[in-house]
Amino acid sequence: MNDGKLLEVDVGVGGISTSVRPRALGDDLHSETMVVNLGPAHPATHGTIRIVAELSGEKIVDADIDVGYLHRGFEKMSENVDYNQVMPYTDRLNYVSPAINNFGWCLTIEKLLEVEVPKRAQYIRVILSEISRVADHLTCLGASAMELGAFTVMLYMMEAREDLWDLIEEVTGARLTVSYGRVGGVKDDLTPGFADRARAAFKKVRAHLVNCDRLLTRNRIFIDRMCDIAVISAEEAINMSLTGPMLRGSGVKHDLRKATPYSSYEDFEFDVPVGSKGDNYDRFLVRFAEMEESLKICEQALAKLPEGPIAISDPHVVLVPKDEVYNSIDGMINHFELVMYGVKPPKGSVYNAIEGANGELGFYVVSDGTGRPYRAHVRSPSFIHMGAMRKMILGANISDIVPTFGMINMIGGECDR
Amino acid sequence: MVDTKSRSIELLEILQKECGEGVQDSVIELGDLVVTVAPEDLTKVLTTCKNSPSLAFNLLSDITAVDWMDHRDDRFEVVYQLLSISKLWRLTVKVAVSESKPEIPSVVSLWSGANFLEREVWDMFGIRFQGHPDLRRILMYEEFVGHPLRKDYPLQGKQPRIPLRAPEVENTARNMTRPDLVTIRTKGRAQGIESQSSTK
Repeated sequence: MNDGKLLEVDVGVGGISTSVRPRALGDDLHSETMVVNLGPAHPATHGTIRIVAELSGEKIVDADIDVGYLHRGFEKMSENVDYNQVMPYTDRLNYVSPAINNFGWCLTIEKLLEVEVPKRAQYIRVILSEISRVADHLTCLGASAMELGAFTVMLYMMEAREDLWDLIEEVTGARLTVSYGRVGGVKDDLTPGFADRARAAFKKVRAHLVNCDRLLTRNRIFIDRMCDIAVISAEEAINMSLTGPMLRGSGVKHDLRKATPYSSYEDFEFDVPVGSKGDNYDRFLVRFAEMEESLKICEQALAKLPEGPIAISDPHVVLVPKDEVYNSIDGMINHFELVMYGVKPPKGSVYNAIEGANGELGFYVVSDGTGRPYRAHVRSPSFIHMGAMRKMILGANISDIVPTFGMINMIGGECDR
Repeated sequence: MVDTKSRSIELLEILQKECGEGVQDSVIELGDLVVTVAPEDLTKVLTTCKNSPSLAFNLLSDITAVDWMDHRDDRFEVVYQLLSISKLWRLTVKVAVSESKPEIPSVVSLWSGANFLEREVWDMFGIRFQGHPDLRRILMYEEFVGHPLRKDYPLQGKQPRIPLRAPEVENTARNMTRPDLVTIRTKGRAQGIESQSSTK
């Protein structure tokens, strides 16, 4: 037996190596590693995913992250329907914040078409995106807190999320699968009195957040489970292509809303919270602080909401109003053409990225001039973050998988597409 | 909105100075710079993009591929999206890959984030990445026949039934195609495994 000496174990994938100190055991005791399967259906993996962890005692010496259980062929399906028909599919990418996916797809096609939507539509997009972002962070933090034993926090956060989803339901007609974006604008205007109800809801959300802050942020058990676990340095985070709260948790101040503003994000004042150490606790703090920033953006957008149309008036991109369809031959033809053949962007390819709730949500679309995308690809942040998970859990205890996985916030629909 | 076009022109000048002959073709498409690179120059160009302080493309945003079928001589096109966090500019690098030899050098040694992305391209398009440490399917299962995002794969393709995996293979995952797991066990830490399994 090796007498508790450091043993270099070369674990192949990604050229990463780690050192483990095997327990000094007598010959009659088991000293071999044990393989533990977490998932595909495990209560602590709130997405369908399998983690094969090889353990030495409780230490993870190797792991294999097995994704793909929720693969539904988003890209293949999108290549066989027209541009606006992709919208319901994008709802099902990150199904906790579907509005952001809708607008990400819309912005990509609008970039191909070289059109810019009216200011009011941009503001409505910002409002709904930020409400969705708060809902997403609430889900992530609430579920993670529950897995670490703080059940009350989860209930508070779900209640806060209910208030936000009520707002989304009021505008879009659905809580989750909103399908609210349209190429060239949005589906409907905000409902009358939305601003007042939104402010009232934000007040309730903030009250819940104060309670959750008191319960979690200085909670000894929570800190013990989160601090110094899965530490990623800034260089590593960039090298592993991490984005969003994962990157900002490692102290890199990069937010696409600030860096390359889209949808009038330059009109609003907000901070980009960053972590210092890059552990799970930092990622938690970043998400928590981001919720307040998102609420601030929403309030500014509601206060400054300009009047005007909610979609561009190009009949080749956006459906014409119903009275024109019924009462004029032009309107009728335009309606028919758009429904039958769809929006036809010029030939070309485009990559457009927005700041999703989990990170950089990018769409790469190739148009061949017809009504259907020749190639549609999603750069989903969850998928790339899962690629980093192996390195994050190597050398940690098996119990650290749960908070690490929670802070990655993998959404199955987005990861596996 | 940010004036991306003038930034792209500026970027192109630096890129041509740094990479020289490596860049075959360049076009500014909808404000973004798109360059085409030959497969043999890919590693060189991407290394320059990452390490040159004036370009500073430190984050690999995305890797994907496009199947051009009969539209082009080289059937596939692999598309890299690079992002510089300090300079805040983006670059699209396209590489043509032929159908007869669908191979391209891997960039995992440059950006470890490329690991899953390259596995996805292999899974979906069947393009091999030379030098990838662990190139196996990721979204599909190992027994899947074909590559679903190729244009000649049908929208509703039927797959052959696969035999039930032996329970111990499924449950312990030791026999997953992981040569590195085997090396760990043979490196002296746990010599007991082989002898133990033989006694069962």
